Amino acid sequence: MKRLALLALCCLPAAAQELRSGFEDMARETQALQREDATNPAMLWVQEGEALWSSPAGANAQSCASCHGAAETSMRGVAARYPAWDEASAAPTDLAGRIAQCRTERQGAPPLERESPGLLALSAYVGLQSRGVAISPPADPRLAPAMSQGAALYAERRGQLDLSCAQCHDDNAGRRLAGSTIPQAHPTGYPLYRLEWQGLGSLQRRLRGCMTGVRAEPFRYGAPEYIAIEAFLMGRATGMAMETPAVRP
Amino acid sequence: MTTPRRLLLVAAPALLLAPAIAHATPDAMAAALREFTGGAEVRRGRVAMDISPLVENGNTVPLSVIVDSPMTEDDHVRAIAIFNERNPQPHVITAHYSARSGQALLATHIRLATSQNLLAVAALSGGTFWSDSAQVVVTLAACLEG
Amino acid sequence: MARVLINIPREIRAGETIAIRTLIQHAMESGYRPGADGNVVPRDILRRFTARFDDEVVFAAEFSPAIAANPFLSFTMNVVAGGTLTLRWEGDNGFDQTETRRITVA
Ligand code: HEC
Ligand code: HEC
Repeated sequence: MKRLALLALCCLPAAAQELRSGFEDMARETQALQREDATNPAMLWVQEGEALWSSPAGANAQSCASCHGAAETSMRGVAARYPAWDEASAAPTDLAGRIAQCRTERQGAPPLERESPGLLALSAYVGLQSRGVAISPPADPRLAPAMSQGAALYAERRGQLDLSCAQCHDDNAGRRLAGSTIPQAHPTGYPLYRLEWQGLGSLQRRLRGCMTGVRAEPFRYGAPEYIAIEAFLMGRATGMAMETPAVRP
Repeated sequence: MTTPRRLLLVAAPALLLAPAIAHATPDAMAAALREFTGGAEVRRGRVAMDISPLVENGNTVPLSVIVDSPMTEDDHVRAIAIFNERNPQPHVITAHYSARSGQALLATHIRLATSQNLLAVAALSGGTFWSDSAQVVVTLAACLEG
Repeated sequence: MARVLINIPREIRAGETIAIRTLIQHAMESGYRPGADGNVVPRDILRRFTARFDDEVVFAAEFSPAIAANPFLSFTMNVVAGGTLTLRWEGDNGFDQTETRRITVA
């Protein structure tokens, strides 16, 4: 009952509004950076990811391509349906988690830490293969608990400022906060190049920023709480087009 | 429920922690300009600088400059320099051209520490200098978060 | 080696002026930014870019710390005949990287 109430609280305003990517809230000049691959700095990471995709690593000197072939076909649409259920850990995992797992478990290569240049590069390259694909979370009942945990985390007030995600991103989306417009918080573009970071970062890094912004203690990278919020945000953005690798201010 | 207005007032300082940084002055910019022109007169015109008047993040600001010139051996742009008033240093970039450039065009991404004036100056092969200026308002300044 | 992206038009006619767009992965550490420990992070920037077509310099630029991280630069060049475009970035701490691209005309 309590959970239902929370769900209703957070999802209604978003559903009532038209789904709007953070791209729409950006200045024309920032949009132009994203639109043109030749000016989008994130493409430097994509290039790195493309090189990693076909470089042999691990005991059997296999590359991602040895098993998956051309990413353009094998990875098309994959990013649009994560987080997904992971049989091995019997828990949901996000795309970066899946890639990191494939690298250690299947490729037998040294692990790639969260937010490491290599994992960001591979995530950007795999993510690019879904650019323009509509977000479509898997209809897997095993993901339901994570989705509702994510919804609850989104609606929960936190930090010294005692604010929930929903208070900013549902109740005040479209309003200005200091210099920036509060977006609806859609996960369409990750990993993305944030001008503020002067580099590429994951959705979890973005969430971390929003949590420290309200002076709340952020979760550790890869924590189930982040995966749950990611699952909730992807569900909330169902049907929106993937933009990876996007640019944000 | 927190009212939107109150919410924004409380949240703003937490999301925006700007350390104070040293910056150049209009005098420093004038000195850097003199170094480029050797003190020659700089006229307005022939140079068109394109930069957004309202910048949402000073870390990466697209800027382009184009100079009206036939770009022949006899009459071309030798160099374009960009200066600013209030970054830590007045100089941004100097680009060098020849008749082979075909066009006197410069496009890059720059940093702006705060709202300020920018100046683009072109040095022509005939020894004259031309300029354009722009006033830019920056909502989020450059170089904060690591 | 830093990652570099060089965008050159696919089809070039003899006599045409083409625009070349470049991006290079570099932090452009300004030398004015305080690090996590409160001390200023030492400057580490790219200082100079040179574009040669065969042996002729067609464009060059000097950067100050006000050039954004992962520098983007676009310039033009008149192409009379095919040749080799050589792009070089030089910077602090011995940074020196050269990339070459064949340019063919239709
Ligand atoms: C030894 C073979 C092998 C190697 C090497 C390998 N993978 Fe995989 N990968 C697999 C298998 C098998 C699966 C599971 C396929 C399935 O369940 O449909 C998989 C699944 C994936 C998935 C999830 C696909 C989906 O549809 O959900 C991604 C993403 C992925 N791998 C990325 C990578 C990347 C990136 C690399 C290189 C760092 C890599 N893999 C290396 C065998 C491999
Ligand atoms: C105080 C208001 C506030 C709160 C609370 C807040 N955010 Fe944000 N969030 C913002 C602002 C402002 C931005 C845009 C920042 C920018 O562009 O500089 C943003 C950006 C985002 C984005 C990026 C959207 C895009 O287009 O890439 C996501 C995702 C996000 N927030 C999720 C969350 C989540 C999840 C929470 C709760 C854990 C949360 N936010 C809490 C203000 C807030």
